[in-house]
Amino acid sequence: MRTLRIIAGLTLREAVRRKIVLAALVMGGLFLTVYSVGFYYMNQDIQRHANVISMVAMKEMRNFMLLAGLYVVNFLTIAMAVLTSIDTLSGEISSGTVQTLVAKPVRRWQIVLGKWIGFVVLLTSYLLLMAGGVMVIVLVISGQHAPKPFLGLSLVWLNGLLLLSLSFFGGSRLSTLANGVLAFGLYGIGFVGGWIEQFGWLAGKPAAVKVGILSSLLFPGEALWKRAAFELQSPLVKTLGISPFTSASPPNAMMIGYAVLYAAVILALAVHKFSRRDL
Amino acid sequence: MHETHPAIETIGLRKAFGEKVAVEDLSLRVERGEVFGFLGPNGAGKTTSVKMLLGLCAPTAGKGFLLGRPVGTSAALGKVGFLPEHFRFHDWLKAHEFLFVHGRLYGMKEGVLKSRVPELLELVGLQAHAEKRLSEFSKGMLQRIGLAQALLNDPEVVFLDEPTSGLDPMGRRLVRDIIRDLKSRGTTVFLNSHLLSEVEVTCDRVSFVKHGRVVQTSPLKSLMNGMLNVEIRADKLTAETLEGLRRWTATVDRAGDTIRLRLAEESCLPDIHRFLVQQGADVYSLSPQRISLEELFVQIVGSEVGL
Repeated sequence: MRTLRIIAGLTLREAVRRKIVLAALVMGGLFLTVYSVGFYYMNQDIQRHANVISMVAMKEMRNFMLLAGLYVVNFLTIAMAVLTSIDTLSGEISSGTVQTLVAKPVRRWQIVLGKWIGFVVLLTSYLLLMAGGVMVIVLVISGQHAPKPFLGLSLVWLNGLLLLSLSFFGGSRLSTLANGVLAFGLYGIGFVGGWIEQFGWLAGKPAAVKVGILSSLLFPGEALWKRAAFELQSPLVKTLGISPFTSASPPNAMMIGYAVLYAAVILALAVHKFSRRDL
Repeated sequence: MHETHPAIETIGLRKAFGEKVAVEDLSLRVERGEVFGFLGPNGAGKTTSVKMLLGLCAPTAGKGFLLGRPVGTSAALGKVGFLPEHFRFHDWLKAHEFLFVHGRLYGMKEGVLKSRVPELLELVGLQAHAEKRLSEFSKGMLQRIGLAQALLNDPEVVFLDEPTSGLDPMGRRLVRDIIRDLKSRGTTVFLNSHLLSEVEVTCDRVSFVKHGRVVQTSPLKSLMNGMLNVEIRADKLTAETLEGLRRWTATVDRAGDTIRLRLAEESCLPDIHRFLVQQGADVYSLSPQRISLEELFVQIVGSEVGL
């Protein structure tokens, strides 16, 4: 436990010292400012037409804006998960920094997991700031909140952890650049697969749905977002089944379970490889 | 730990990276309290050997023990210090933080480190730079802080891989003094080095390695004593005289009035002189010259350039 805490602490200190935290705070603050200004004016516009559009439609429009904000937050979270951690293993292996760590009476899995925990803390804080910020802005300006915020955010969080574990998996065996290609490449496959599946469902093409599911199995990141968006959208849109941010056929609980298992397995593979490779 | 075990013992340790064999067959025994020099050209497998001993890379075959524990387990590493050849550290840490973190990784208590860290900074002459980040350090300063890091836990065995490569003469002297100090405290030092002048003044015993195989291991003293070049300048040398010299040595080179001999010991010099005079030679000078470790190195390892 002590070693895990030391390594996690070291990871956090690195993020602070190398100004990653500062940059994330400044850019996150800017994002939330832009978002709040935008939402404020949109909301004003919606209210001005309160006499011609129904309450239900007003609610839908706001929820749409909320989801748009969270969609960007989801993307930023996974990008942060990959970009901040991409060279934490491969970089320290190639520079040799890892040698003095490994030659201490510590286990290699402690180094990998310690780092992972450090990044999880960073990622969680970032997500809470950004997604929490978006939700609070919407709540304060319009008094509206998402139907299932905690479930939705947990799924976005899981998406971040999935990408983080993927970046560790690649970092334990690939160079930093190849790892980046792997992480975003896999995410891209899952992403496009999600759209193919939605198209297939709407157009009644079972083959396309199958391709979509297969690509989600290859990498379930986008599936997690689709489920998160499904939980965060209004019951009406859920029933209608059409929205640009979510799928007409949301991934089921099995797919979520699969994503959790996927993350656990690739993290375990990262530990396994790092523990056995020559440094 | 097991006091009776040697500090380091390896039996047929081998490391191959695919087709390329880095260490062919390493069999070594380093006793406790020895300062052991591990010498060889670039690419002889010195660093790979150290990495195997510390569990940084896994042997392809053979066995190795560090303080009686099998290599590759972290059991013995708590009593070991290591300064890698290509020392790179988390350079966003301040010097004292760096030592503190590494001390914690050794399992040292914060209270102990509060006194140990300043002590070590002083030992390596960096006390004035405790608050500086390592990114502001010069190569020599990094090597010093790396050395301090290797001594944090008051280790029983210290591995130094080219510890003076980035140091100026003052820094080298410092390393020499530290090694002497470690020796006086009974610490085993395993020194990888090209800088033979350094090995000459610090090591008790040396191994020469070539292509990942130990070519020769000897106590440094006997190695240095055992070899003597003698240059004789004399006139009236006959073929018979030259032949007669072979009773002391196999290598007799003549160039004009100068003869070069290689002797096993100094004690035969007066006999040689007497013999030459008896043979009617006029001896102008007879000068013994100690062979430097560098010369020995070239002889033992071969003059081909290491890769």
